[in-house]
Amino acid sequence: MKSICFYFQVHQPFRLRRYRFFDIGNDHYYYDDYNNEEIIKRMAERCYLPANRLILDMIRESNGAFKVAFSISGIALEQMELYAPEVVDSFRELAKTGCVEFLAETYAHSLASLWSGNEFELQVKEHANKIQSLFGVKPTVFRNTELIYSDEIGDRVVGMGFKGMITEGAKHILGWKSPNYVYCCASNPRLKLLLKNFKLSDDVTFRFSDWGWDQFPLTADKYVDWIANTPPEENIVNLFMGYETFGEMQSAETGIFEFLKALPKFATQRGISFKTPSEIFDKQKPVDSISVPCPISWADEERDLSAWLGNELQREAFNKLREIGDRVRMAKDLKLLQDWYYLQSSDHFYYMCTKYFSDGAVHSHYSPYDSPYEAFMNYMNVLSDFIDRVNSKFPVDMDNEELDSLTQTINAQEDLIAQLTKENKKLKADLAAASGTAPKKSTTTKSTMTKTTTTKSATTKSKTNKKS
Amino acid sequence: MRALMFGWEFPPHILGGLGTASYGLTRGMSLQSDMDIMFMLPKPWGDEDQSFLKIISANKVPVVYREPDWNYLNSELQGRFSPEDYYHFRDCIREDNNHIGTNGIGAIEFSGRYPQNLFEEIRNYDAVAGVVCRAYDFDVIHSHDWLTYPAGIHAKHVTGKPLVIHVHATDFDRSRGNVNPGVFNIEKAGMDEADHIITVSNLTRDTVIYRYHIDPAKVTTVHNAVEPISPEIEAIQPRRNTKDKVVTFLGRITMQKGPEYFVEAAYRVLQRTPNVRFVMAGSGDMMDKMIRHAAYRNICDRFHFTGFLKGKEVYEMLKSSDVYIMPSVSEPFGISPLEAMQVGVPTIISKQSGCAEILNNAIKVDYWDIDAMADAIYSIITYPSMYKFLKEEGKKEVDEIKWEYAALKVRRVYDMVLHR
Repeated sequence: MKSICFYFQVHQPFRLRRYRFFDIGNDHYYYDDYNNEEIIKRMAERCYLPANRLILDMIRESNGAFKVAFSISGIALEQMELYAPEVVDSFRELAKTGCVEFLAETYAHSLASLWSGNEFELQVKEHANKIQSLFGVKPTVFRNTELIYSDEIGDRVVGMGFKGMITEGAKHILGWKSPNYVYCCASNPRLKLLLKNFKLSDDVTFRFSDWGWDQFPLTADKYVDWIANTPPEENIVNLFMGYETFGEMQSAETGIFEFLKALPKFATQRGISFKTPSEIFDKQKPVDSISVPCPISWADEERDLSAWLGNELQREAFNKLREIGDRVRMAKDLKLLQDWYYLQSSDHFYYMCTKYFSDGAVHSHYSPYDSPYEAFMNYMNVLSDFIDRVNSKFPVDMDNEELDSLTQTINAQEDLIAQLTKENKKLKADLAAASGTAPKKSTTTKSTMTKTTTTKSATTKSKTNKKS
Repeated sequence: MRALMFGWEFPPHILGGLGTASYGLTRGMSLQSDMDIMFMLPKPWGDEDQSFLKIISANKVPVVYREPDWNYLNSELQGRFSPEDYYHFRDCIREDNNHIGTNGIGAIEFSGRYPQNLFEEIRNYDAVAGVVCRAYDFDVIHSHDWLTYPAGIHAKHVTGKPLVIHVHATDFDRSRGNVNPGVFNIEKAGMDEADHIITVSNLTRDTVIYRYHIDPAKVTTVHNAVEPISPEIEAIQPRRNTKDKVVTFLGRITMQKGPEYFVEAAYRVLQRTPNVRFVMAGSGDMMDKMIRHAAYRNICDRFHFTGFLKGKEVYEMLKSSDVYIMPSVSEPFGISPLEAMQVGVPTIISKQSGCAEILNNAIKVDYWDIDAMADAIYSIITYPSMYKFLKEEGKKEVDEIKWEYAALKVRRVYDMVLHR
């Protein structure tokens, strides 16, 4: 029996305001509140709310046979909480039905999976916490930013305890193979993979209302027929798309919601069911392993990283951002950490893409800037200010390792002090209790004395350390 | 196909962008094998490159009948053309031009510049055109810029051949809107009479359509291009005399070029970064005002004026710059940013300039947006990858903008007016 696996990506970045270089050092607020609020409200009204309502109805009507998966970035959730809390509620309602799976991803929709260090792991954990606190479920399947995937990333994802991951069915990786199976990661076969069927997915996302397309108009009947007519042994079809497809990329007037609504009916007629990624991973075995030495993604024709790191501007901005990462984590400053997340969104790099000057339609459609150069200038001004703020926490000329070991010692000592004071208090209380009953027990007193002296020496030591 | 062109400037003796554009376009057109070009100039200097077109010296063509002595004639012609041509021209005089002051051979003296009595020179040029157009056979008349429109109209009336006028600028650009009625009259008459109008950018095309009320169907945009740089220019070594970054404004210091916005942007940049110098190269009627303005902003230690630069000096200046900026208030096209990009200088241009329509790898700002301009300057001098990217990609892009392609578009216009 064939099944359809739906997954929708929901993400909105915190767009930056016009940040002139005069602002560096003077103004530490970077975001274009008006624009962000306007966009998230528009999205909520046109897409998130109606689509959520429709999916909820479909689940109820089909008695739980219709299933979908969502991946909502932490940053998008934050913006919804700020500007459109009703969207979070409607997702929560969907979560209650049990037919909706939430996938894990990086909190900031960032490119952290491409650099070493534990930033990636930290962000994934942060995101899982956010999902758990809002929807009460713990994600078990991972989806990386823009479906970026490589063997190395796969390995790290297994290390974090995920059983499966979803990515792009890029042609140059699959070759003659079909994306309609479960695969596994070449470097670590414990990780199962679902690959996007980009032909069928893009039919909906990009071509649904394209009058020039020879298959226009696309009806649910015809679409399900195509799925039913795939070879019988291919038993899953992965339809992954941006959630904005419904209502924004394809406006409600094109009939996209009716299309979605009609799908389950025709699917049941042809014996096709709906499944979430984790159900598929639980039930099916991989048919083969897939080796991806260089990262792939779902962007553009090339399906690689060139949309974010294709030119020198993007690489410089990205490297500058990466270099400061360790220090931000060391600083343990909540305000810095928040900006750190917002600045990492892959979107900022996407705006700097110069690949399609001639027909930059897709890239410029989402960009708040007139040109990639403007995007770069603005981002770098913001980043310079951010770096200055981080550096003001630590001496600049000290290298990261040295700094790291020092902070670690300080932290360890602080822990030790806390632990010792606690023990000291406990013993004092014991002593007081003991003196109440049996006044003469010299051994305990002696041991308490020695403990207190060690505590004192530790405190003075840490003080000198801090001074240096 | 033979074209009779009327122009005012031609390299190497040029006063503005018109000469450069005339040269590039005719050179590009000469690559079409069946193209013959005759180019009339008020006062050629004799050292123009005539390998690909024939230059007619308006100041040697007789407009009234004279019988000069053979030796005197030869010495007066200075080899611009042969005595036989002179006699041929003389046979073609059909109009009474005796009211015009002429010299011994019956020709008119021209200054070849933009003198006080410019309208008189334009009328005289017109008279010469009446003779020249009768002396030769050609298919199409092509007038460059408003100075030569009357000549073009005259030639059209005499011969009935189609007239194409090439709008390199309008008076609305030069005067920020306060047009000179005399100039407007000439421009309007030329546009009305023309069979087709070529503009150098869509910006100018809009001006022609909305300010001169011309039918859009007869206005076509042919963007200018740039000549590949010659080896001698390539060989010029930049003379860096400072470790500081250099930001350059190069052009006439007039209202049209927006120099005051450059001074203001410089002031803003200098408030933050000390290691940068600003150069305003060129001369013009607003220069003194700009010097006072820089002094008022107290940045004269970092803001330099070079005066008028010519020939090689221009490229020496460009090559030693880190940023080139053209904040023009209204620029029909503006070839100089293309020249800067050719020698690998990152470029900032105003959105109100015609070349912004075809350039991608330059930073575009509104001329009045001083903050954005300052920000762009700061980014280029602060972030090496930005500098490098604009330098390399800019050069790559501008190397593909060739006169040859522009010439083909002009040819299509000719074919259209001739119904071929």
